[in-house]
Amino acid sequence: MKNYNIKARVFLALFAIGFTISCSDDFVVVNPVYSIDSENYFNSKTDYDNALIGAYDLLHASFINVLMGEIASDNTLSGGEAATDTPGIQQVDEMKHTPVNANLKNLWDWMFAGVQRCNYILEFKDKTDFQGKNQVIAETRFLRAYYHFELVKWFGGIPLNGDKRFKLDDEKKIPRSSAAAVYALIESDLQFAIQNLSATPSQTGRVTKGAAQALLGKAYLYQNKFTESAAILETVITTGGYSLVTDYNKIFENETENNVESVFEIQYSDAQGADFGCLQCSEGNVAVGFNGIRNYSGPFFDGGYSFNVPTQAAVNAFEAGDSRKNVAILDINAWATANSATFGTGYKHTGFYNRKYLARKGDTNIGDQNLTNPNNYRSIRYADVLLMAAEALNRSGNDIKARTYLNLVRRRAFADLNHDITASNAALTDFIWAERRTELMGEGIRFFDLVRTGKAAQAITGFTAGKNELFPIPFEEIQFSAGNWNQNPGY
Amino acid sequence: MKTKFLLFIFLLMGIVGFSQKSSLSGKVIDATTGMPVSGVNIVLKNTKQGTTSDFEGAFKFLNVSIGTKLVFSFVGYQNVEVTVTSENDITIKMQQDSRNLDEIVVVGYSSKKKKDVTGAVSVVGAKTIDDLRPIKAEQALQGTVSGVVVSAPSGAPGSRFDIRIRGVGTNGQAGPLVLIDGYDGQLELLNPGDIESFTVLKDAQAAVYGALGANGVIIVTTKQGKKNMKTKISFNSYTGMQETTKKLKLLNATEYGLLLNESYANAGRPIPYPNASNLGVGTDWQNQVFTKAPMYSNDISATGGSEKITYSISASNLKQDGIVGGSKSGFNRSTVRTSLGADLSDKFKLQTNFIYTDFDRKSVKESDKDAGGIGSVLFNAINIPATQNLNDANGNYSLVPSTAGFGNEVINPLAQIDNTYNSYNLKKLSGTIKLEYSAFKGFKFTNRIGFNTSRSKNKSFMKIIDYGPSKIFNTTRSSVAQNTEYINDYTFDMFAEYEKTFAASHKFKVMAGTTVFQRSGSGLYGTGYEVPYNSWDFADISLAVGTGGIGVRDTGSYESIYRRLSYFTTLDYSFKGKYLLSGIFRRDSTTRFGPDNITGYFPSVLVGWIASDESFLKENKYINFLKLRGSYGLLGNDQIGDFQYRSQLSGEATYVFNNALVNGVANGIIANNKVKWEADTKMDFGFDMKLLNNKIDITSDYFQNTRKDLLISNVPVSGISGYNAPGSGAPTVNVGSVRNTGFEFDIKYKEELSDNFKFGIGFNFTTLKNRVLAVDNGTGIVEKGAFGVGQSLVPTRMVVGQPIGVFYGYQTDGIFQNQAEVNAHPSQVALGAAASPGDIRYKDVNGDGVINDKDRTYIGKPIADYTLGFNLNFDYKNFDFIAYSYASIGNSLIRNYERTEANLNKLNYVLGRWTGEGSSNSVPRVTTGASANSVFSDYFVEDASFLRIQNLQLGYSIKGGFVDKVGISKLRLYASANNIYTFSKYRGYDPAANSGEPITGGIDYGFYPTPRTYMLGLNVNF
Repeated sequence: MKNYNIKARVFLALFAIGFTISCSDDFVVVNPVYSIDSENYFNSKTDYDNALIGAYDLLHASFINVLMGEIASDNTLSGGEAATDTPGIQQVDEMKHTPVNANLKNLWDWMFAGVQRCNYILEFKDKTDFQGKNQVIAETRFLRAYYHFELVKWFGGIPLNGDKRFKLDDEKKIPRSSAAAVYALIESDLQFAIQNLSATPSQTGRVTKGAAQALLGKAYLYQNKFTESAAILETVITTGGYSLVTDYNKIFENETENNVESVFEIQYSDAQGADFGCLQCSEGNVAVGFNGIRNYSGPFFDGGYSFNVPTQAAVNAFEAGDSRKNVAILDINAWATANSATFGTGYKHTGFYNRKYLARKGDTNIGDQNLTNPNNYRSIRYADVLLMAAEALNRSGNDIKARTYLNLVRRRAFADLNHDITASNAALTDFIWAERRTELMGEGIRFFDLVRTGKAAQAITGFTAGKNELFPIPFEEIQFSAGNWNQNPGY
Repeated sequence: MKTKFLLFIFLLMGIVGFSQKSSLSGKVIDATTGMPVSGVNIVLKNTKQGTTSDFEGAFKFLNVSIGTKLVFSFVGYQNVEVTVTSENDITIKMQQDSRNLDEIVVVGYSSKKKKDVTGAVSVVGAKTIDDLRPIKAEQALQGTVSGVVVSAPSGAPGSRFDIRIRGVGTNGQAGPLVLIDGYDGQLELLNPGDIESFTVLKDAQAAVYGALGANGVIIVTTKQGKKNMKTKISFNSYTGMQETTKKLKLLNATEYGLLLNESYANAGRPIPYPNASNLGVGTDWQNQVFTKAPMYSNDISATGGSEKITYSISASNLKQDGIVGGSKSGFNRSTVRTSLGADLSDKFKLQTNFIYTDFDRKSVKESDKDAGGIGSVLFNAINIPATQNLNDANGNYSLVPSTAGFGNEVINPLAQIDNTYNSYNLKKLSGTIKLEYSAFKGFKFTNRIGFNTSRSKNKSFMKIIDYGPSKIFNTTRSSVAQNTEYINDYTFDMFAEYEKTFAASHKFKVMAGTTVFQRSGSGLYGTGYEVPYNSWDFADISLAVGTGGIGVRDTGSYESIYRRLSYFTTLDYSFKGKYLLSGIFRRDSTTRFGPDNITGYFPSVLVGWIASDESFLKENKYINFLKLRGSYGLLGNDQIGDFQYRSQLSGEATYVFNNALVNGVANGIIANNKVKWEADTKMDFGFDMKLLNNKIDITSDYFQNTRKDLLISNVPVSGISGYNAPGSGAPTVNVGSVRNTGFEFDIKYKEELSDNFKFGIGFNFTTLKNRVLAVDNGTGIVEKGAFGVGQSLVPTRMVVGQPIGVFYGYQTDGIFQNQAEVNAHPSQVALGAAASPGDIRYKDVNGDGVINDKDRTYIGKPIADYTLGFNLNFDYKNFDFIAYSYASIGNSLIRNYERTEANLNKLNYVLGRWTGEGSSNSVPRVTTGASANSVFSDYFVEDASFLRIQNLQLGYSIKGGFVDKVGISKLRLYASANNIYTFSKYRGYDPAANSGEPITGGIDYGFYPTPRTYMLGLNVNF
């Protein structure tokens, strides 16, 4: 028995030792393998460059802004398969949208995701120094301004957190800044960008000084700061080196991307697949698939989901002889007859498609092919710069220059001088606005032009003045803010 | 070395043997069968002196004096005490103990006599597994254990089963912990024939597994040899044929044509089939897609043991084709197993078990919740019109038209099967080595190590294929995707157990130990483009020289690690063998929890009272045994992703510069450094009772499990956090609470009417009430799932006061019979279109005079109120017969396999559509125009209650004659049918199907039905 006790003691001792050796809690303190912690980053130029790509990435998601912005206007109807196809977009078309709207929520989330990725870089901007850092910071601040501009256009004042990322629960603490404060930040971001960006991009697709100037001019224009707007846009015109593409029909084809008229262009690619589970992950232009011709079978174009269909009124907006009409508008019946193509009719079928941003044949069609179209979005075209400059000049009292810029655009459209505008003052303003509609048809700009010029209520069916100038803050966000944020008026 | 050791033992025994002076010899036989019983323990009472009976039941007890008592004991038999007389060559008849109270039940790190178990523990033994002949082990639990629901997301060969014990307690991983011989394992990889028993721990008994036990625990014990057992060779074989249990009732070509004409006419459009009545029946696509598929299974095992060694060796193979896709969804599983036990000495015992599995699987596209069902072969078979021929004029597969009304998603299902190429292979070696040291009386020390090491290879080939213009499955570049994954884990356990009885009636057992676990995984994957000859034969990255394009990442890899460290202790106390008390305590630390919550503590207490041992019941004629039980404890669930508390640069950052993709970095899923385990409080009251000479066996339990701190992933947070960026995501937060309450009742009755006729009946039922108690994520709702195409309202959710996964949609109120009814009803235009006569009328649930998304309400649930199991078996002479069935009552499914495009095929219930006033008040009119009839409403919710005849089997054993002469101890032929018939009103393929996902599980995207199987089989034992 004694013997046993000794053995048992030895064993118990071993047992106890085993406990203490093998079983310290350090065993469960491990680091993830091959993983970079986000808070220990930014140790080299490459780190900043890589994070900057992340900040650019959300530009892809702005397809929803372009698609829904156009549909919100009097240019196009929602379309789609049926009234229940993407109800968020259907409601925006009919100005029946409420704070509960999945697509507006997407837009809010994606643009803020862009802001967050910019602020990730800016939060750590002083951590590591390297040659060319100002260029990186300038690109970042341009992007932040771009995302902020989209947010302020859609939602008005939004929360701002300086150069820091938002943390969880900040929505309960940080109030919505005024629209003016957002614009002030946009202006300062763009001024920094203008001072530090190079005029020519190191790679196609990177933002340039000209892009920053043009966006600043646009931001001024949206605030009715006509003198400032005119000044900066004229700088683009005189020093930017941009010009109009002679043939309007050449602007929107895939082989003429990043042309001389392109001041800022969002770059899309067909090289990678995508699915509906994560539209913002697509490297393609999702809006193009949505715009696509329903059940299309025929040459030149690929099919799609028949959203964003131009109205007859939009087609009628083009004067006779305007070469832009057949570029902006596809009359599907005429096209089908001429090319033995077939097509289906979706919801709110008008017989017209938004031709600038229809899927073209010839891309790789990696699945889902409707979500991977490579068509770049021409975000700011030189023609837009000219028209914005014209408007800013006209509204700040310089009609001569204003007419010059307006007529530059018209001469290309009509290929003659007979269609030059000679009006002045308010009449000229109206011509410029009309020109913006036809020149920029299908490009997602019209709704915001109507709003900023006070014309939306008369132009858009269902538009309620004092309410629909802004879109509602998503319902979920109001909930999350726990009373910190007020809903926009009327919602 | 081993032989030397054995020789040494042998010599030692010899020496001991020679020193004896007198002896008693005899034979032990089974009192009923007269067959010898080997391995019986024979001990001289109140001493340690003993021996065991040999293969022939013979024993020889040395050095006994007349008048002393010998105790004969053996598992499954009642003990026999014999007083030694001068008589030699005695025959001991041992009675089988039908109470089975001495049956040993594994309840964690140690085991207990069934009689002493205080938790809610169910055992499914080898007999049931033998009876059911399950293709996969999980099926043996289908309907055989109360409180356990086994469902399949698919009937495809090799697809998984989901086991839920006492309801669904979480929106995350709800499956139980599965331990195979003590270690983490996968049931699907086991040969069912290797399983000796399943032990299901349903209540706080599982607390010894702490943070792993909240979903319940299934302990699998594999077959082992017995000491002093003659080698038993067992060969089992069956051949089966499988077929679909159901074909949906679809429109034939004529019906389709006529209906399409009507729907076009209703929308004021020209009719597409002016001569529809000449269309005949057209193509029955389901007949084309479903095939009869063969199945073969063979296994062989050798089991036995000597004085010191036990062994069990087996090999098996199962080969099965699919009823959709035939060999393209084929499955092949081979296993080899060796189990070896050795008594190294009186004090050291070694037990090893190794299982090697090779698992091959091919699959065709099945319903996939991410794709909303679109793309599965069955979805295509359901939706492709019967008017379409299989082949075009050139003999190629026909193309679904790309014209309006056909959508872009439906393609020829046969072409799809033909163009499906993939393969999956898993090789896995699992093993355990256990060394037990019985240091002194009552003290046992155990060291065990278990491991799994697996390698899987996966390959899929995308062919260049054109299904017609605009079809979303067209592929313009061929590619082959391959991946290899290695997953290794080890568990090391060390625990000691001490048992002692004080003052004759106070029996204590203390166990304490520690366990460490690590799982590490790594994967490597890649895609090659431009496969030579566009052919599967050449589909390998080595030959596919194309790349995805500049900036596209064609390759990737990952490494993962997960560790746990646990300490546990249990205390069992029994007073006079009838008052039982157990306490269990476990401390778990894991890498999955945030820095503040690395460690969790899980206590539980269990009590039992064997009332039948009290004097007032002891002599009761009717009640042979009665035990009352109660348990209460806290358990955890740590089944979440790794490192969710760490903010990592795992997001997606891809943009396009110079016309090529460039990749950067971005934040991944938003971290939550407070993440911790889900805490489950389990309460159980129950009793076990045996009545009428142990013929009736009843177990019943009431339980209430309250799960707190549910880990809800992707908890919506404000968009300003950037969680919706590519590759990011909302954090996982402990914000939910769910309660499952229920009652279980299990009764078995067995009777031997004569030597020739025996029968048994078993019945069990479980009630379950599942309620979400809290969802504190800001919105109070977790929504998941999708209905139809392009509908953004989410059909299933988790919300307070409702069962998890409740359906949320519009409530219908018949069909508008005329315009006056439409005018009298609130406008439905917000649902997509103004109503017309013949459209569904939706209820204005909130009474605000308009029908919109605020009128949605709760319209069904996927969780059954009652689940039942019923089985019957009888033996008559050489025949044996078994029948198993199970049922589920009160569960619903969402019919979501119909594509609502105008020109696609429909189920034939639409023939009962509204065609004019008074024609139908349930099925709306058909139209190609706009209507709100396809929004998610109770029109699409169906009662999926069912009763399934799961198994019928008739066997015949050939006895005597040549069978005996060649030494065959058992030769049995049987015919069996599985999944024979399901009684249900459900229109879809399989009312028993469930995707297994707690919230979206009730959406039927066109489940691949579990096949009906006919088998002919043979069992031979030598």
